[in-house]
Amino acid sequence: MDHLSLDVAHMFAGGLVLVSFMLLYQDRMFGLLNIFALHAVVVSLSVAWQAYIQFAPHLYITAAIALVVKAIIIPVALHRIIVRLGIHRTIETVGGIGLTMLAGIGLVALSIMVMLPITAEAGTLTREDLAFSLAVILLGLLMMISRRNAISQIIGFMSIENGLILAATAAKGMPLVVEISVAFSILVALTVIGIFLFRIRERFDTVDVYELERFRGGHP
Amino acid sequence: MALIYDLFVQVAQLLLVLALAPLLTGYIRKIKANLLRRQGPPLLQPYRDLLKLIRKEVVLAENASWIFRVAPYLVFATTLIAASLVPTFATGLVFSSAADLIAIVALLGSARFILALAGLDVGTSFGGIGSSREMMIASLAEPAMLMIVFTLSLLAGSTQLSSVSAFMQGPDVGLRVSLGMALVALIMVAVAENARIPVDNPATHLELTMIHEAMILEYSGRHLAVIEAAASLKLLLYFSLIACLFAPWGIATAGQGVVAMAIGVASYIAKLAAGGLLLAVFETGTAKMRVFRVSDFLGAALMLGLLAALLLFVSRSV
Amino acid sequence: MALTVLLICVGVFLGSGVWAVLGNRSSSTSFWVYSFSLAGSTLALCVAVVALIDTEAPTATLQLPIGLPWLGAHFRLDALSALFIVVVNLGSLTASLYGLGYGRHEQTPGRVLPFYPTFLAGMNLVVLADDAFTFLLAWEFMSLASWALVMAHHRIGANLKAGYIYLLMASFGTLTLLLAFGLLAGADGGYDFAAMRAATPSAGLAAAVLAMALIGAGSKAGLVPLHVWLPLAHPAAPSHVSALMSGVMTKVAVYGFVRIVFDLLGPPDWWWGGAVLVLGGVSAVMGVLYALMQHDLKRLLAYHTVENIGIIFIGLGLALCFQANEMQLAAALALTAALFHVFNHSVFKSLLFFGAGAVLGATGERDMERLGGLIHRMPLTAIAFLVGSIAISALPPFNGFVSEWLTFQAILLSPKLPQWLLKLLVPAVGAMLALSAALAAGCFVKAFGASFLGRARSEAAQNAEETDAASLTAMFLLVLVCLLAGILPGYFMDALAPVTRQLLGAQLPLQQQMQWLTIVPIATGRSSYNGLLLFAMIAVAGFLAVYVIHRWASHAVRRSAIWDCGFPDDSPAAQYSAGSFAQPIRRVYGAVVFRAREEVDMPAPGDCRPAKFHVHIRDLIWDALYAPLESVVGFVADWLSKVQFWTIRAYLTLVFSTLVGLLVVLSIWH
Repeated sequence: MDHLSLDVAHMFAGGLVLVSFMLLYQDRMFGLLNIFALHAVVVSLSVAWQAYIQFAPHLYITAAIALVVKAIIIPVALHRIIVRLGIHRTIETVGGIGLTMLAGIGLVALSIMVMLPITAEAGTLTREDLAFSLAVILLGLLMMISRRNAISQIIGFMSIENGLILAATAAKGMPLVVEISVAFSILVALTVIGIFLFRIRERFDTVDVYELERFRGGHP
Repeated sequence: MALIYDLFVQVAQLLLVLALAPLLTGYIRKIKANLLRRQGPPLLQPYRDLLKLIRKEVVLAENASWIFRVAPYLVFATTLIAASLVPTFATGLVFSSAADLIAIVALLGSARFILALAGLDVGTSFGGIGSSREMMIASLAEPAMLMIVFTLSLLAGSTQLSSVSAFMQGPDVGLRVSLGMALVALIMVAVAENARIPVDNPATHLELTMIHEAMILEYSGRHLAVIEAAASLKLLLYFSLIACLFAPWGIATAGQGVVAMAIGVASYIAKLAAGGLLLAVFETGTAKMRVFRVSDFLGAALMLGLLAALLLFVSRSV
Repeated sequence: MALTVLLICVGVFLGSGVWAVLGNRSSSTSFWVYSFSLAGSTLALCVAVVALIDTEAPTATLQLPIGLPWLGAHFRLDALSALFIVVVNLGSLTASLYGLGYGRHEQTPGRVLPFYPTFLAGMNLVVLADDAFTFLLAWEFMSLASWALVMAHHRIGANLKAGYIYLLMASFGTLTLLLAFGLLAGADGGYDFAAMRAATPSAGLAAAVLAMALIGAGSKAGLVPLHVWLPLAHPAAPSHVSALMSGVMTKVAVYGFVRIVFDLLGPPDWWWGGAVLVLGGVSAVMGVLYALMQHDLKRLLAYHTVENIGIIFIGLGLALCFQANEMQLAAALALTAALFHVFNHSVFKSLLFFGAGAVLGATGERDMERLGGLIHRMPLTAIAFLVGSIAISALPPFNGFVSEWLTFQAILLSPKLPQWLLKLLVPAVGAMLALSAALAAGCFVKAFGASFLGRARSEAAQNAEETDAASLTAMFLLVLVCLLAGILPGYFMDALAPVTRQLLGAQLPLQQQMQWLTIVPIATGRSSYNGLLLFAMIAVAGFLAVYVIHRWASHAVRRSAIWDCGFPDDSPAAQYSAGSFAQPIRRVYGAVVFRAREEVDMPAPGDCRPAKFHVHIRDLIWDALYAPLESVVGFVADWLSKVQFWTIRAYLTLVFSTLVGLLVVLSIWH
């Protein structure tokens, strides 16, 4: 595999990690949706490049699905949900932005430390992408646990999904059928979550998880 | 004989940066004014300002000590030497082995130290504001700068500016996302260190919106002229640094003939013009941040630097 | 030969101590004690420098029939000890010179003079010791003598607490070192260092020895979290003793660590270096952040020692990492950087403490909020303190920059390490090092600016007088050393080469032969630095600028009131104080690290009382580690105090049951 292909794949995968950090940095709702759309665009570009260098045309369809569903449909749908529910637009975080970013760097280092030694026999491209996809997954989880707002937790969950797509394409061989079903299940999950959010909002006037804890008998 | 020629080239670089620095400042001001649909001051106005200041009387506070009077010259000398060690039109100059990237950053740190002391010398609250905020910004910018140096030295195997520049011109570089991140981080650090928007406003003289201007509030006459010259030299230094590290095309190597040097000078001036335009557009398009958001801004630069280094560990050659 | 001379110097120190006790009444005792200490230190310094430079000389050993009967007292002078003898005696030379002037202000010389030369003797003996008993005896000697000096001004309440905590921590440190030597000696009990070098302990045992050495030596040196005694004890002592404690005694602790881990212990494991690196990095950042929150000048300097010890341990950790991976040249670079910083720090920390002592003597104040404007009253002290501040902030062209530059170059070699944890940890520690260097510069702008610049904030500061000639000579001697080590670092690095050769088996290329006195630690194309050239260029550029400007500029100068944007305030309280200078940094870092909170108590409109501003800072390490320990010890002590009130029959029962129990154990064991 020549250097240019490796470098471009590395650029896309590294760019995905960078956009995950940008997701962590956001504190406004619409900005978060836009960055998530960017996240999905980078993932689809990465999958498209993998399709090109692996000579696997079915991956182009995966890229197209990621682009259309995750970069256009879901952000627009969430945008409308936010506007309809009148959710306030700032995101409260647990712990400061600085600490969250430092934890993010630590997670990237951890995933490098874990993945690279285990995958010693695989090709360079696969090893890189596996390490970066683990990092994206961990960063998505970090986002889910350090945000109080349900919408941002949904976004975190979606970015985990993007990381999984990156890992699956790097490991050379994911059948199209699986991808379609995965994508549709995401869509179903989103619809369900959206319905739930409507109902929660109607009952309690808020979707802040911290506030919701009170009704569960959590902290006073 | 070769030594005389090399010395001549080195001194020529020193005089070139000294001559171009106010021109760069004037050029950026002109572009910013044009973007705001004003005519703006003429390009050579900074030279006229310096001459005017030199001819004016110096007004010293009664309790100003010798540090206050000596500081402008020390700051100027340190910044000038640092600026003349960054390759502009040619690498591998005679004195370039005296200081590598870390030493150049530390020289700028010396200049900042002396200037911060001068701000505290007279005992006013404005000087104190400027000095304390300047040291806070420095404490955030230096780790970011070190991570950028680390990333570059991981790739180029050296911290010497000439070696890094030669590596960047070579075929081994490839298209690397780490370099892009390092470039963005360096631009953010440069904006913070040179007191440009969004960190500080170089054109204002309002008390609470300035950091660099607050430290030099008490200066007048020839002292102020020397300090203004040092500030424009520092801006030129960062432009030269970004140009020689990330856009090194056209730089001659030491020992080449006059033609190669002339091409180097021409490409350098072109890079300065392009960089100045980009800076002016960026400054016009952004608003100044609150002081305590600067820590987030520079923290982002540090994160970019760390991430760039981490990504390099994963990529093909390390 | 050299070793005998050094032991004679130690004898001179001990003799001066005895003289000070005997000749307590006469007023010239102070002069004679300090003069003898000065003479002894000078002689020791010269002998040690010759021993260090003369690379052909074999290591000298000596065995005296004093001490334990089956062990005797072993002494040894090799490259490592020669280096640390140089460091110790340069510090004690300048401190004795300083004491000639400063000692005249001493209120109770009887409490200082006997212990000062014994302190010097203890430090020299620790470095020369070649067996565990002599080492520990000299270590305790050193601790007790310095404790007595800390308690010299015992009427001040804070000093009592300082002395108490110091004694506790010192005893704890000696205990862990005793354990370390015990583990090294093994079951056979070979307590001389030659036997320990020959023995090869197992991996677990070696790890335990490393931990003990790190705790024992680290607590004396001031590694976080064992640093708590340092900022209490170092300021409490008289200023020249503070300089010795901060600048020299901490280095003796570093010597102890280097001797145990690099010399006696054998080849390291890769994770040892990682642990030392982490502790060093945390100490560096925490030390300087603590220092920034202080407004007592001597406490600020003491906390700053914690930071520099962190930097030294970063270098030592790097050397261990490289040595474990058999990258000997890189290990030599890291060790050279650490040892150079040992030398540099002892020089500029002593210089800064001498300056603080001069200020204390002239104004009676240590609190920076009550100083200011001293540059006009004490111009020479100000210059010396300024040079010390620039040097400690690691700024060219002084010596602090060279050792930091070498440490950074060693950090940049880390990608060649094979272990992933180390590969990722070292750049993170590098970022922490850069952060601590930048914060240190801020800290010393604050210290110099608040004390010497601006306007005087109190009567005492307005009426200060310059210090005496002896103190100034000592300070300017150190200024000269700072400058020379900064512009001619190649000679110093070559002097360190025998040490790295002894400990690691490798050394850096000979720096004296490099073109134009540049230092090139690794390879020419990779990195180089020329302090002399930079200094010369800056000087020439500065003079030319002055000449050009004065040739063509207007010469008119007018003195006037402060401009202050048109709103000058006559009160010196309107200028920035030490606390206000640290405010931006406190906002950015202190909120997390110290839970710093600012509280403003504003009076209601119409109420004429002044507003109050409080800064609340919590020492999280004290709260997390020491306060629980204190309460546990207190609880156990209270519970055990019931033993005090038993009847005689109960005590007899206790003795009887212990005896029976031991007999039972003995019978089972056979």
